[in-house]
Amino acid sequence: MDWLLGRFSLDYLPTEPATIGAAIGMPLGVLAVVALLTYFHKWTWLWKNWLTSLDAKKIGVMYIVVALIMLIRGVADAFMLRAQTATSGPGGDGLFDVSTFQQVFTAHGTIMIFFVAMGLMFGLINVVLPLMLGTRDVAFPWMNSVSFWLFVAGMILNNLALVIGGFSNGGWLGYPPLTELQYNPGPGVDYWIWSLQIAGVGSLLSGINFLVTILKKRAAGMSLGKMPIFAWSVLVTTVLIIVAFPILTATLGMLALDRTMGMHFFTSDLGGNAMMYVNLIWAWGHPEVYILVLPAFGIYSEVVATFSRKKLFGYGTMVAALIAIMFFSFVVWLHHFFTMGSGANVNAFFGIMTMIIAIPTGVKIFNWLFTMYRGRIRFTSPFVWFLAFVVTFTLGGVTGVMMAVPAVDFQVHNTLFLVAHFHNTIIGGVVFGFMAGITYWFPKIFGFTLNERLGRYAAYLWQLGFIVAFMPLYALGLMGAVRRIDHYDNPEWVPFFIVSAVGVLIIAAAIGVQLLQFAYSIYKRNENRDLTGDPWDGRTLEWSVPSPAPEYNFAIAPTVTRRDEWWYAKNELKGRPHKSEYSDIQLPKNSGAGFIIGVLSFCFGFGIIWHMWWLAGIALLAIVVMIARRTMNDDSEYTIMAAELFELDGKRFHTEKKVSV
Amino acid sequence: MSVSHPLEQMEKVEATRLGFWLYLLSDVMLFSALFATFMILRHNTAGGPAGVDIFSPPYVLLQTMALLISSFTAAVALSAANHRKRREAIRYLIATGVFGLVFLGMELMEFSKLVGEGHTWQVSAFLTGFFTLVGTHGLHITVGLIWLGTFLFTLRKRLLDENMIRKLSLFTLFWHFLDLVWIWIFTIVYMFGVGL
Repeated sequence: MDWLLGRFSLDYLPTEPATIGAAIGMPLGVLAVVALLTYFHKWTWLWKNWLTSLDAKKIGVMYIVVALIMLIRGVADAFMLRAQTATSGPGGDGLFDVSTFQQVFTAHGTIMIFFVAMGLMFGLINVVLPLMLGTRDVAFPWMNSVSFWLFVAGMILNNLALVIGGFSNGGWLGYPPLTELQYNPGPGVDYWIWSLQIAGVGSLLSGINFLVTILKKRAAGMSLGKMPIFAWSVLVTTVLIIVAFPILTATLGMLALDRTMGMHFFTSDLGGNAMMYVNLIWAWGHPEVYILVLPAFGIYSEVVATFSRKKLFGYGTMVAALIAIMFFSFVVWLHHFFTMGSGANVNAFFGIMTMIIAIPTGVKIFNWLFTMYRGRIRFTSPFVWFLAFVVTFTLGGVTGVMMAVPAVDFQVHNTLFLVAHFHNTIIGGVVFGFMAGITYWFPKIFGFTLNERLGRYAAYLWQLGFIVAFMPLYALGLMGAVRRIDHYDNPEWVPFFIVSAVGVLIIAAAIGVQLLQFAYSIYKRNENRDLTGDPWDGRTLEWSVPSPAPEYNFAIAPTVTRRDEWWYAKNELKGRPHKSEYSDIQLPKNSGAGFIIGVLSFCFGFGIIWHMWWLAGIALLAIVVMIARRTMNDDSEYTIMAAELFELDGKRFHTEKKVSV
Repeated sequence: MSVSHPLEQMEKVEATRLGFWLYLLSDVMLFSALFATFMILRHNTAGGPAGVDIFSPPYVLLQTMALLISSFTAAVALSAANHRKRREAIRYLIATGVFGLVFLGMELMEFSKLVGEGHTWQVSAFLTGFFTLVGTHGLHITVGLIWLGTFLFTLRKRLLDENMIRKLSLFTLFWHFLDLVWIWIFTIVYMFGVGL
């Protein structure tokens, strides 16, 4: 049976209470969704309108839904971590055994970066980038669907580890030699490798897709210098993705070869070099943090201009700062391990580069502040997220510059000070930005605005929860508490850890308010319909089409003559376009191939993790066949005729007239 | 079947071409990571053989010639296709495939000889890096040969139209790229390895 089941045996089923709970809870959740879909006869609707859709907006929404579910899992993990450290002081046993604790912090980091932050980023880019550029779709709609399903396949593999086999205990970046076969013979590290490998290929394809979209599919007249800053931030991010993600693929590939073929890249014997891994993974990992934060910067740029009713201050310097960050992000990776011992000169170089990269970031902060100056500010919930970001992120940036000094870093390396620092920038920069983006663009996709009051409460609670959870960690780090600590015997640390656990609860409450905000807003949707298509008095092209945005985005392809085109054009509206101005348009047909490739990739990963080589082989072959079939198929589009388009577009003018009356 | 507007068709062609170039850029980065690792690990022979003990320069030179010739015939095939000389294009593409197979066969023979002598990838970090770097290139060559095979298979019953020429030009781009990577492997792995 070994050829069939690989190394799987019943010993790999969960034995800890926490994992047994998850192993029972997750299938029950899936069963509940299946039952609901069957009861309401929604399977066809789900398949036709969502799962097989090649509409970037729908793919974006699916990304965001998956990412928000993963956010809940990630925060639950976070609470488990802080509940452990609140109860494992002197004389305390803690709630979990060490092995579970290690899996939880690994899962927390992996899920938050790859399946929450990356998911929200790709989701928002999908939703809004084509609309902003005045185009009907991304450059490769089919590949876009494949990317999404690879992301989902990776996500499911990651979560499946809870149920069968256990997850990696190697931290979110899986440093060898701990993650080598010698110290980690089980399937946990393999789950980690292959879930990231599959999702990473999806990210690379998305990067290529969006960069080509920006370079080749902008509206007529929209030169690069007339693009909204969000599009600029995506351009820089996608360049980083295309250059950095292959390094991740190669590095994880080498670790996988060590583990499955008995190679010696990073082993402690026969000439392997573990520090090579650490260098490589951070050569990807540092650009990765900019990959996440730059689109969030782009969102802030749009939000602050819209709600200050002013054009963005310093457009040119914003672009210059983005490009500077793009270059510098590749020459700072060593600051993650100054303690490696590469000598004073090398450390000094990377320390100085790290300080320099703070300059373009500072330029951006000042540009946002100057945009607010003398603006007519409206304190909407996206704007509250923005303000929370300015305060939080700047603080995180300052502690980052502190650690850029190698001498300081030697003191706080791998302490909770570092943990507090990067949460300060990632929560303050990335999470707040994507929350602002979701609130800001929600009406464009669903046709009604989210409840403002609950949105503001959520932002305040997040901000408060962040402070309560992470300020104690700064103090603990300076007091010498190392990160990933499972037990400790210093009684002075206990109160700090307890406060921090309370902070996580406040963040959990904030997420609760956000879920309530969605539920309440959907319930009251008829009172908050966006009939104008421009609920915030926006500046960029996405607000020129009705809400929800039609599948074809623009009935007539727009022409752009200046920055913030819509801000000026909306006052020059010339009534309804004549019938002759419409022309036939082609849209991609639905395709189930992305979904199937996702399922096959999951089987491929599962096969390798459990050494079921037959499964991996068949799945890989089937993927090749699926792709080959697609490249030979030319009939992948359908047409909306001009006359039909004229009718569809007419409804917009009908409703707009009603509003103005 | 719907017929796209010529301008939109043009746009799609350009997008695909740019997308493919970006893929090649990402592949450059993948190989860079492998090259960097090989450079760091190449002296870590851990008591096993070093490059000078196992590489045969004349053999590798012959192998290199096979790949270079296949790259040349691919270029000639594209040129013939651009002049709508279908038969000539097919003939040169078959030559490309044959020389590609010769290259791949020689690589596999080298690998099996090493493994037969006990110099496997499990012996030392140097051999680990060697098999992975050269093997990754070989894997790309294999994918290229499969691509070429399916292209020729579809061409059996089809005219050599604009669409097919475009697909062919992407293939030749890929093939020349692999040629370039091999020149680096030839220099860094084999020439540095035997101390030239």
